[in-house]
Amino acid sequence: MTQNNNIDNTRRNFLKLTGLGGAALCLGIYFPANGSPVLVRPSELSDSEIELCPWIIINPSGKVTIVNHRAEMGQGSFQSVPQIVAEELEVDMKDINVIFAIGNEKKYGGQITGGSSTIRSAYKKLLKLSASAREMLISAAATKWNAPITDCYAESGQVIHKPSGKKLHYGKLAEAASKLEAPKEPKLKKISEYKLIRKPLKRIDTPLKTNGELIFGLDKRIPGMLVASVERDPRYLGKVKSFDAAGALKIPGVKKVFKVKMGYYEYMREGVAVVADSTWAALEGRKQLKVEWDSSGFKHWSTPEIFETQNNLLKTEEGMILKTQGNPTEVLSKTDKKLDVVYQTPYQSHVAMEPVNCIAHHKGDSIEIWGPIQAPGWVQDYVSKQFKIDKEKVIVNMTFLGGGFGRKAMNDYPYEAVAVSKELGGPVQVVWTREDDATLGPFRPGISYRCEGTISNGKMDALKFRMAGQNNGHWSGAPKDKPNGSTSEGFLKPYYESVKNVSFSDVLFETTIPTSFWRSVYASTNGFAYESFIDEMAHEAGKDPLEFRREHLKEERCQKVIDKMEEVSGWKKRGKNEGYGVAITECFNSTVGQVVKVSKNPDGGVKIDKVWAVMDCGWYVNPDIIEAQIEGSIIMGLGAATTHQITFKNNIVEQHNFYDYPMPRINEIPSIEVHIIENEEDAGGVGEPALPPFAPALTNAIFDLTGKRIRTLPFSLGTV
Amino acid sequence: MIQLTVNGKTENLDVSPEMPLLWAIRDTLGLTGTKFGCGVAQCGACVVHLDGEAVRSCVTKMSRAKGKNVVTIEGLSENNDHPAQKAWQEIDVPQCGYCHSGQIMSAAVLLRENTNPTDQDIDNAMAGNICRCGTYPRIRKAIHLASEIQKKNKI
Repeated sequence: MTQNNNIDNTRRNFLKLTGLGGAALCLGIYFPANGSPVLVRPSELSDSEIELCPWIIINPSGKVTIVNHRAEMGQGSFQSVPQIVAEELEVDMKDINVIFAIGNEKKYGGQITGGSSTIRSAYKKLLKLSASAREMLISAAATKWNAPITDCYAESGQVIHKPSGKKLHYGKLAEAASKLEAPKEPKLKKISEYKLIRKPLKRIDTPLKTNGELIFGLDKRIPGMLVASVERDPRYLGKVKSFDAAGALKIPGVKKVFKVKMGYYEYMREGVAVVADSTWAALEGRKQLKVEWDSSGFKHWSTPEIFETQNNLLKTEEGMILKTQGNPTEVLSKTDKKLDVVYQTPYQSHVAMEPVNCIAHHKGDSIEIWGPIQAPGWVQDYVSKQFKIDKEKVIVNMTFLGGGFGRKAMNDYPYEAVAVSKELGGPVQVVWTREDDATLGPFRPGISYRCEGTISNGKMDALKFRMAGQNNGHWSGAPKDKPNGSTSEGFLKPYYESVKNVSFSDVLFETTIPTSFWRSVYASTNGFAYESFIDEMAHEAGKDPLEFRREHLKEERCQKVIDKMEEVSGWKKRGKNEGYGVAITECFNSTVGQVVKVSKNPDGGVKIDKVWAVMDCGWYVNPDIIEAQIEGSIIMGLGAATTHQITFKNNIVEQHNFYDYPMPRINEIPSIEVHIIENEEDAGGVGEPALPPFAPALTNAIFDLTGKRIRTLPFSLGTV
Repeated sequence: MIQLTVNGKTENLDVSPEMPLLWAIRDTLGLTGTKFGCGVAQCGACVVHLDGEAVRSCVTKMSRAKGKNVVTIEGLSENNDHPAQKAWQEIDVPQCGYCHSGQIMSAAVLLRENTNPTDQDIDNAMAGNICRCGTYPRIRKAIHLASEIQKKNKI
C-alpha cells in the first residue's frame, strides 16, 4: 500500500470508501445479541435494524479495503487483521487499504482491544469470511466465462481461468459476486499453504511512524477545536469546593474556565477545566488556577497502611473461595513441614508515551468523539447512557494510540471530553499532562498474596493461595460477596492434575483509589507470587526448578515449552548457583516460559545477562510481531519488577513524571532471545502473555545466584 | 513576531517568547510529528534539531529558537529515506510509534557525529529517549544498519 492517502480513520472517509449504494461486494459478520455470529450480505438484511459490517469492501474500480475493527496501540492489529483477510481473499498486501472501524459492536462484535483478544477472538471468522468472498468472486468469473469453477482460481486480486490464462480483476467481478449466495462452508487453506500468514511481513503502518505522518489522538485536529487542560481532585473522589479563575483568565488565549465532571463508571470525579485556543495557553492558564477541594466523606489511604491491612487480613481471613480441589487447609494443618509466605506487588501506572487525551463534540442531539481509544463500543455505550443521547448518535472514532496498556480502555476521559464540549458548546480536545497521566489512575492494584504449600515424596501435595487486593470489577459494579474471577489467572491448569489439594481465594480488600486493567492484568502480579512460590517448593523438595515443573506439568504443550527452554538456555550445562531462574505462566490462552540468567555486578547488586523466552500461542499470524511483543513485554516487566511503584500519601500519588517514575532505557536492557512453538492449536493472545513470567524468572535467578528470596516488588537490582 | 526557519522555510510566528518550541511546532505550525511526552526534558519524544543539535523542544523557549534553523521529523528527509528512517523501516522498529520521531531525530545526530557507533556509543546517545513499548533491541539494530546504509550512500 502507499503511505500517503490510504490510512484514514475518519467516519467520512469510511463512508466514502465503502461506496454506499455502489455495486460493491460487501460481506460482513453479524453478531446477534445472543447466539453465534452469522455471515450476512446486504440483500439478506430484511430487518432494517440490522446493520451490515463490511470487513472487506471491493468496489468496482478494484480497490480492496479491509476494516480493522480493533485499536492499534503498537501490538500490530493494523497489520495482523489485514494479513489474515488478504491470505484467504487472495489479494496482495501492497494493494489494500486498511481503515479503522468506528465503534459499533452490533457490527463488529466486541471491540475492546484488551485481553490480547484481537486475533484469538476473530481469526476463524475472518478466515471464513475472506474465503467466502474469494469463492464468490471465483464463482462469478466462472459464470461469466461459462467455465467450470474448478478451472478457475484466485491470485493477487484477480480470478484466473487456468486453461486459457484469461484474467478478471476483482473489481470487475464485485457486482456479480455480490448477488451470489455466500457459501456456507468455504474451503480454507491448510497452514502449509499460507503465503502471508505465519510470515514475518513488514508492518504496513511503519513508514508513517518514521516521518511523523501518523495521526495519534493528540495529533488529531477538528475545525474550530479548542484545547482544554483540567485540574482534577488529586484524591479522586473529592468535590470542587471553590475555584478562582481570575489568574487563568489573564493568560492570553484562555477562553473559559468552568467546573467539570469525569465519570468513572457510576462514580463522578470533579475538576476545573481551562479552555484555550492552544495547548500551551491551556496549560499555562491551569497553572494560575486556584482550586479548593472538599475531600471529606471518604477514607484517605497511604501505602504502608494498604499493605499492613492486606497482611493483617491474610493472617486471619480465609476469603471467598474461587477454586478448590481436595482439602489443602486440612492437609496443611496436619504437617509442620510447610511453607507459609507472603508476596507483595505494588500499584502501577500505565504511562503510555502518548498521554491520555480525547476530542469530543457535543452537538446537542448527537456526539462525536475522536481519540486514542481501546474500547470504542464501551465508550459509545457509556457516553450514550450518561448524556442520554441515542447510541446511534454517539460516533466514536479510533485514532492510532501512542500506547494503551489498558489505560485507554477506560471511559472516563472520553466522558470528560464530552462534558467539557457540552459546557463549552463546541469541539474540544482535552489534553492530559504527563503528571495527570501518571498520578490520576486508574492503577494496577497493589496486591498481597499468602502462599502455603507442602511437599510429599518430592512432589507438591497441597497449595493454598489467598489474595488480598482490590478487585477492578468493583468499580464497574461487580458484587462484593463473590471472589475476583481472576484470582487464579496466570497459574497453569496442568498443575491441577498433579497437585491433589489446591485452593485459590480472594480476601475482600477495598480502598478509595481507582484501579483497572494493566497489561496482562492479574496475571502480571499473580504470576510473580505463584511462580516464585513454585520455585520455593522446588527448593524445599530439593529438586531442580525446571525439572520440578516438568514433573508437575504433564500436559504435552507445557512439556514442549519446558523442553525448549531447557534446550535454548543451555539449562543442563549450567553450573551450580550460576544465576539461572525459570518461570512459566498462562495468560489469555497462551503459555510463556522464560529463563533469566543473572550475574554479580562488579559495582554491586546483580545484572541481567540474558533472557530466553518461549511462547506457545497456538495458531499465529506474524512471527516478527510476536517477537516484538515479547521483547516489549519483558522490558515493561523489567520496569514493573525493579523500578515502578505508585505510592500514596493520604490518597495522593507521590510520583509525578519520568524523573521519579523512571522507565527502563536502552542502556539497561538485557539481551532477549525469543522462540515460538509451532503447532496448529487454537490461537492464544500475544500482546500480554510474555509479561507475567519475567519477574518470577528474574527473582528465581537471583535466588539461585545469591540465596536471597525476593518476595516484594519492586526491588533494586543495584542493591540485591 | 519571532522569526525562525523550520524545515527550510522562514516562519514569522506571533507567539510569546516564553512559549516552548514544541507547541509552536505542533499547534502554531501544525507539524504534529514532534510529540509531547513529558514536558520536562525526560523522555525525548519532542527532540528536534536546532542549528543541527538535538534539543528537547518541550523545554526550548521560542526566545532561544529565535533566528535559528529548526528541523523536525517532517523535514529530516525529502522522501522518508534518511538512513535512520530506512533502517527503522527495514528492521520494523516501531510498535505504537509515538516515541520514534524523537528516537530517529536523536539517532540522526548520532550518525552524523559518529559514522560507526558501537553499542556503547548508542547507549550514550540514545539513553535520553524513552520507549514504553520496549523497542530498544530493534533501535540498536536499526542504528547499526543505518550506519551501514550511510556508508554505502557515501561511496
